Amino acid sequence: MKVESKIMLGLGLFFGIIVAVYWFWGHDNTGSVMIFGGMLLGFLPGGYYWWWSRRMAARPEDDPEATQAQGAGVVGAFPATSIWPFTLAMGSFFVVLALVFGIWFLVPGLALVIWAAFGGVAESRRGGRV
Amino acid sequence: MESPALSPQGVTARQRRWRRIRRVAALPLAALALSGCTVPNFGASPGATQSSRSVFHLWQGFSILAVIIGGLVVALILWSVVRYRRRGDTIPKQSQYHIPLELTYTIVPFLIIFGLFAATMVVENKELANPTTKVTVDVNAFQWGWRFTYPGHNAMVIGQTTQDPEMVIPVNTNVHINLTSSDVVHGFYVHAFNFSRYALPGVLNQFTFRAVQTGTFDGQCTQLCGLYHSLMFFRVKVVTPAQYQTWLATFTTPTAASAAAAAQKALQGQSATYVPTRVTTSRGAN
Amino acid sequence: MTEVLDRPLLTPDHSPHEEHGPSGLLKWLTTTDHKIIGLSYTVTSVVMLVIGGALAEMIRFQLTTPNGTLVSLAQYNELFTMHGSVMIYLFAGPFAFGALANIMVPIQIGAPDMAFPRLNALSYWLYLMGSITMLSGFFTAGGAANFGWVAYAPLSNSTYTPGAGADLWIGGLLLTGFSAIFTGVNLVATIFYLRAPGMTMFRMPIFTWNMLVTAILILLAFPVLTAGLIMLYCDRHFGTHIFSVAGGGVPVLWQHIFWFWGHPEVYILALPFFGMVTEILAVFSRKPVFGYKGMVFATLSIGALSLGVWAHHMFTTGVVLLPFFSIMSLLIAVPTGIKIFNWIGTIWRGQIWFSTAMLMAIGFVITFLIGGLTGVYLASPPLDFFTHDTYFVVAHFHSVVMALVLGGMGALYYWGPKITGYLLNEAIGKIQFWFLFLGIQVFTIPMYMLGLDGMPRRMAVYPHDPQWQTLNDISTVGAVMIGLSTAIFVVNIVVSWKKYPAGDNPWDGQTLEWFTTSPPPHHNFYRLPQIRSERPTWDYNHPEHRSIGHTTPEPPRESERTSS
Ligand code: HEM
Ligand SMILES: [Cu+2]
Ligand SMILES: [Cu+2]
Repeated sequence: MKVESKIMLGLGLFFGIIVAVYWFWGHDNTGSVMIFGGMLLGFLPGGYYWWWSRRMAARPEDDPEATQAQGAGVVGAFPATSIWPFTLAMGSFFVVLALVFGIWFLVPGLALVIWAAFGGVAESRRGGRV
Repeated sequence: MESPALSPQGVTARQRRWRRIRRVAALPLAALALSGCTVPNFGASPGATQSSRSVFHLWQGFSILAVIIGGLVVALILWSVVRYRRRGDTIPKQSQYHIPLELTYTIVPFLIIFGLFAATMVVENKELANPTTKVTVDVNAFQWGWRFTYPGHNAMVIGQTTQDPEMVIPVNTNVHINLTSSDVVHGFYVHAFNFSRYALPGVLNQFTFRAVQTGTFDGQCTQLCGLYHSLMFFRVKVVTPAQYQTWLATFTTPTAASAAAAAQKALQGQSATYVPTRVTTSRGAN
Repeated sequence: MTEVLDRPLLTPDHSPHEEHGPSGLLKWLTTTDHKIIGLSYTVTSVVMLVIGGALAEMIRFQLTTPNGTLVSLAQYNELFTMHGSVMIYLFAGPFAFGALANIMVPIQIGAPDMAFPRLNALSYWLYLMGSITMLSGFFTAGGAANFGWVAYAPLSNSTYTPGAGADLWIGGLLLTGFSAIFTGVNLVATIFYLRAPGMTMFRMPIFTWNMLVTAILILLAFPVLTAGLIMLYCDRHFGTHIFSVAGGGVPVLWQHIFWFWGHPEVYILALPFFGMVTEILAVFSRKPVFGYKGMVFATLSIGALSLGVWAHHMFTTGVVLLPFFSIMSLLIAVPTGIKIFNWIGTIWRGQIWFSTAMLMAIGFVITFLIGGLTGVYLASPPLDFFTHDTYFVVAHFHSVVMALVLGGMGALYYWGPKITGYLLNEAIGKIQFWFLFLGIQVFTIPMYMLGLDGMPRRMAVYPHDPQWQTLNDISTVGAVMIGLSTAIFVVNIVVSWKKYPAGDNPWDGQTLEWFTTSPPPHHNFYRLPQIRSERPTWDYNHPEHRSIGHTTPEPPRESERTSS
C-alpha cells in the first residue's frame, strides 16, 4: 500500500507545485482551477492509501518474499453474469437520446436506469445472479 | 486594375511556388547538403518579414538537431536489427541496468531542451515585441471573408471567399495589426510571413511585423470556421511607401468611402456562395 | 452464482468449459468476464478503425484534385470531423484500455478478473451505445457533426451549427466519456488491490504500469471533458452563454477545457501502446526490459507533465502564457527520449526474432520517433505560429497515431494467440507489416511538405494552389496502402481461422499471462509461479538466466498449492 500511496501523493505534490508556479506567473483562473482539481485528485486517494498503509500489515502483494500460499483464502466475490450493466447502459442511452430528440425519451430512459439500479443492488445483496 | 479575382495566380507567383515546392521536396536530401557550406532550409523558407527570417533560422537550428538525433537513433536501431538478428537458440546476457548510460541519456536531453528553449525565447521575444509603428491596420475576420480598415484614413478593403481582398502595406515599415473576429474563430495566416494568429471573437489580438520585400503574398484562414473555410482567402500586397501613400489617397473622396460602406452592408446581408459574384469594393487603381 | 475464489484460483481438472450459465446472445449480454468483455471491445474498436479508415480514404480521394467533387464542402467538414472523432474517441482509446488492458492487465498481475466486473460490463455497453449515438449523426437530416473533432466554440454553438448531428456527437461523447472513466476506476482498483502475492508494484510488467498511469490520467482528464460537454449543451439548448461573447461568455474557455482533457488524452492514447511495444521488444529479443525502473519513472513523469501542457494547442490564440507551456512541453521530450533509448537498450545485444509482432514494434519506434521529433518543433511557439493548423500538424500527429496503429497491430499478433488459442499466419503478417509501414511514410511525408508549403488543414478544395496536387496524390497512394494493409489483416484472420494452435507460451514470453493456458480459464489461472521479479514466467522457464542485478537470487519454485 505504501508505494501506491506514494505515487498518488507524488502526483498531487507535483500538481501542487505546478499550480503555484502557473498561478503566480500567469494569473489564469481557468487553468489554475483545473490543475488544482488535479492536485486534489492526487491527494485524496493518496491520503487514503497512506492512512491505510500505516494501519495494516503489508499485504502478500506488497511482500517481495511472499509465496503463493500466503494469498490463499477468499479473494473476493465476482458475479459471474449480470444483466444490470446492459440495462443501465440502455437506460443511459435513452436519456442521451432525450437530450437530442425530445424529452419523452426520458420516460423509458429513467425507467430503465432506476430498474437497473434496484436490480443491481438487489443482486449484490443476494450475492449472486438474480 | 487588378487581375480578376478567380485567377489570382500570376505567372511569377506560380514559378515562385514551384521553386518552393522543389525546395521542400529536397527535404530528405537535406542531411546530405549538411556537408556543404550553406545550411539547408529543411523545407521552410526565409519569408518576407523581419521576424519570418529569425523564425526560419530557428527552424534550421531545430532541424539540424532533429536530423542528428533522429539519425543517431535510427542508426542505432538499424545496427541492432542487423547485428543482433537471431542466430541460434542461445540466450543472450540478461543485462538490465546500466546506470551511467541511463543518466547520460537523461541529462543530455535536458541540456538540449534548455538550449532549444533559450533559442525559442530569443526569437519569440523578437517576434512578439511591440515596437513603435506608423501604420496600423484593423483586420476583421468574418464568415467567410476579411475586412481591412486603416484607422485615421478612409481606406477599407473588404471581400469574401475567392474575391481575395488585398491588404496593402508599405515595405520596411513596422505595421501594427489589430485582429478581431465578428463571429467564430478564424486564423490569420500568411505563409510568407511564417506566422499565424487566431482571430478570436471578443478578443483584440495585436501584433507587429515589418515586411522587408515587396510583392503580393497569399493569406488564408487556417482555423475551421464553417462551410466556406477552405475558400477564405486574402492577399497581402507589400508596396513601397510612396505607392502606399498613393493608394491611401484614392480613398479620400467621400464617394469612395461611402461606396466601401455600401459594399460592407451588401456583404453582411448576403451569404457566401461557392463562386461569388463580385461585390464592388472600393479599391483604388493600382 | 457467485464464485468465492481461493488462490490458486482453480484446480487443474476444473476445465473452462465446465462453466454453467446462459449461452449465446444472453451470455454476451450478461457476461462480466473481463476476457469476453475485452473481446467485445476488441471487435468493436477494430470495426471503428475500419469505419474511421473508410472516412479517411474518402478525405484523401477528395484531395486528389484541387477542386475535388467527390463530396461537397459541407460533407467534407463532416468527414474529417467524424474521422477524427471516430479514431480518437471510438478507436484508439477503447482499443487500448477497453480491449487490450481489459484482457491483459488482470492476467499480467495474476488477478482473477477486474475489480468491478459489472462496472466493466457497463463500460462496454456505454461505449457501444455511445459509438452508435455518435455515428448515427450521419443518418440525420442535417448530417453528422461538422465542427472538427475539437468542436471549437462558438462555431459549435446552436447559431453556427444547429442540428441533431452535433447533439448526437455530444451525447455519444458523454456516454463514451463515462465509459472511459469507469474503466479507469476499474483499472486502478484492480492494479492496487488484486495483485498476486509477491507481485509488488515494481514487479508489474511495463504494460501494466503504463495502464496504471493511463487510468490515472483518465480520471484526471475525462471529468473535465464531460463537464465541458455539458456546458456546451447548455449553451446550445438552455440559453446559457458560457462560450459565446454575446451573453458575456468567453469562447477561449472552451479551448482551455477541451485541451485540458485533450492533451492528457494524447498520452492516454499513447502510453498503452508504449507499454505493448516495450513488452514485445523484450520478448522477441529474449532480454529483460532495459532500464525497467527508469522506464517506470519516465512513464510517471510523462503522465505528470502531460497535465501542464494543454495550451501548446493554443499558442496562436495570443492569450496564453507562452514560455510556461513551451518549456513544459519541451520537457516531455526528456522522458520520451528515455523510453526510446531504453527500447534500443532492450534490443541491443539481444537475439532478435523478427516475428510480425516484432516488426510492428520496431516500425512503431521509428514512426513514433518521427512524430516525436516533429512534436518538439511544435512546442516552440514561433515555430508553432508558422506551422499551426497546416498539414505539418496533420502529418505530425499522424506519425504518432499511425505508430499507435503499428503497435496495436503488433499487440494483436502478440497477445491474440493468448486469448484465442490460435496464431495468425506470419507470412501474411509480414506482408501486412510492409504495406502498413511503408504506407504510413508515403502518406505522412508529403503531408509534412504540404504543410511547410502552406497548405492549411481541413481544406475541402485548394483552387488557388493547384501545385499541391502532386504531393496530395502521393499521400493518397500511401493512404491506399494503409487501407490495403487492413484488408490483408482481415484476410489473415480468415485464412488462419483456428489453423495454428498456439500453445501456452508460443513466444517464450516473460510475464504472467504466458504462464496460464491459451485461452486462460474462467478466472485466469490454475496455478501461479513464485513471483520474484517482473518476469515470473521467464524465471520459471529459465531459472539459470535471471536478470542481472536482482536482489533476490533465490530460484523460483512453483507454488506448492496447485489445488485447494
Ligand atoms: C488510414 C489511415 C488514416 C488516414 C488516411 C488519415 C487521413 C487523415 C487526413 C487526410 C486528415 C486531415 C483532414 C483535413 O484536415 O482536411 C486527418 C485528420 C485527422 N485524423 Fe486521420 N487518417 C488516418 C488515421 C488516423 C488515426 C489512426 C487517427 C487517430 C487515432 C487519426 C486521427 C485524426 C484526427 C484527430 C484528425 C483531425 C480531424 C480534424 O481536423 O478535426 N487518423 N486524417
Ligand atoms: Cu475563417
Ligand atoms: Cu498536446
